[in-house]
Amino acid sequence: MRRVRQFAWLLLALVTLASLGAGLWAPADYAMQFREAPNFPPSHQHLLGTDELGRDRFSRVLYGSRVSLLMAPAAALLSTLLATLVGGVAGYLGGWWERAAMAATDLFLSMPWLFLLLAVRAMLPLNVSPITSIAVTFLLLGLLGWAASARVLCAGARGLRDSDFVLQARACGLSGPRLLAIHVMPNLRPALLAQFWISIPVFIISEANLGILGLGVSEPLPSWGGLLRELESFTSFGFEAWKLVPLVLLVLVVSSFQVILSRDEVYA
Amino acid sequence: MRKLARHLAAMAAVVLVGGLLSATLVRLAPGFGADEQQLDSRLSSESIEALRQARARDRNIPGFYLHYLGRSLRGDLGESRTLNRPVRQLLAERLPVTARLVGAGLLAGWFCAVLLALGATMARKPACDLFATLVAGVFLSVPAAVLALLFVFASAPAYLVIALAVFPKVFSYTRNLLARSYGLPHLVTAYAKGLGPLRLLVWHVLPVAGTQLLAVAGISVSIALGAAIPVEALCGIAGVGQLAWQAALGRDLPLLVNLTGLVTVITLAANWGAELAGQGLGMRTA
Repeated sequence: MRRVRQFAWLLLALVTLASLGAGLWAPADYAMQFREAPNFPPSHQHLLGTDELGRDRFSRVLYGSRVSLLMAPAAALLSTLLATLVGGVAGYLGGWWERAAMAATDLFLSMPWLFLLLAVRAMLPLNVSPITSIAVTFLLLGLLGWAASARVLCAGARGLRDSDFVLQARACGLSGPRLLAIHVMPNLRPALLAQFWISIPVFIISEANLGILGLGVSEPLPSWGGLLRELESFTSFGFEAWKLVPLVLLVLVVSSFQVILSRDEVYA
Repeated sequence: MRKLARHLAAMAAVVLVGGLLSATLVRLAPGFGADEQQLDSRLSSESIEALRQARARDRNIPGFYLHYLGRSLRGDLGESRTLNRPVRQLLAERLPVTARLVGAGLLAGWFCAVLLALGATMARKPACDLFATLVAGVFLSVPAAVLALLFVFASAPAYLVIALAVFPKVFSYTRNLLARSYGLPHLVTAYAKGLGPLRLLVWHVLPVAGTQLLAVAGISVSIALGAAIPVEALCGIAGVGQLAWQAALGRDLPLLVNLTGLVTVITLAANWGAELAGQGLGMRTA
């Protein structure tokens, strides 16, 4: 299992590096249209062929990976921060605060994730610029995805609140905010890290689902969800296998996160 | 009985608070209150003013919510802006379609997950366990929308996509639960004393793991309902999921809010039903 984990780290590092350096090794801009070559198969000029608008698919995969791989962790960071604020602080304070925070968490958790995302996404303007659509999509994921993590962090903070060393620190006269910052939060770090890692693949998959349904990142900016929309015109596994490259990449990256997670969860 | 009443009261509270949040979001959404009719040049200024007055009543959020709540209690869920039909009628038509799809998907998903989890745990071979975990891991990494597209391409039944969305999560929970149960000291002793695998499972493992499996059953309803959106949208099935997708694309907020409320109630009912059944099972085995 250790080797599998090392391979997962290596794969993630490679894909991340490749996507970060998209500007260096992508043969064309993601939006550049080769109008004389729409729907072309792989060639020396276009390693993964072109899409129906004549855009180089390899370049789009590189740029799309950058969007998904940078924005999903950003959304995960936001949701973990919110979870810490709601769950961690409520668990530490206890009493009425904790009950109110857990009621809000229950409310969020009782709504199926994709229904909630659709409902809130529809309340925001749909006809926006590509950059705004990235911000809207991933902000939404970050702002709505905190509930499950908050529950875990609340339980962790509650355990720490009742622990002997926190009681002793309080008896020594340490004030609430300082106690929280110096003793509670550092001890919650393994749980925070695990929740952060858990959120990344969830957000990558959610963006893919939203993108395929036409509610994710707007064209011409590519993301894994937008790239997977091409599968709607998929006709054959044998003759159009290169269209599956974004899917294979997504499965490999998400699986890598799951493999790495299986260890982090133990620490949490 | 008291527990049931408490659950119902909690459900009502969640629905009321959720409804208030939804109504607030609808009220604050860009474009709220705008009516294309106001641009109709055939309407007189008095008619346009009357339309504005009618819309102005909705500007006050508590008033808007109370009005919405009152209508909902009378069974009037409003009218879909995009489809120009009563929401209640749309739900009555489409809910049975989704219920059949989700029901079949849940059954198939649970069957595969439990079978594979049992096989992986009872075989007691790392290779079997690794294979089962890999299969589940791959399906866990594929978005439901992609599965739906591939199933449309392969002309396979849509409920299998729901099954594949539910399967990996149920499998991982069930496998971990069974592995933990089989590791309990009294089970190891029973196994060492030569108790048959079927008897071990039925008499000793299932009573221990049953309560938690029921809790997973409640959660799996929520997963299946979430997967129903891409499946119905992409496979062209006229269910609640497709309706939610159309409502999102058309920014038909009244329809979407009612749909989210309905699905939340179904999820809550499934979770609390599972919890009550689990408590019943726990009391019987205690």
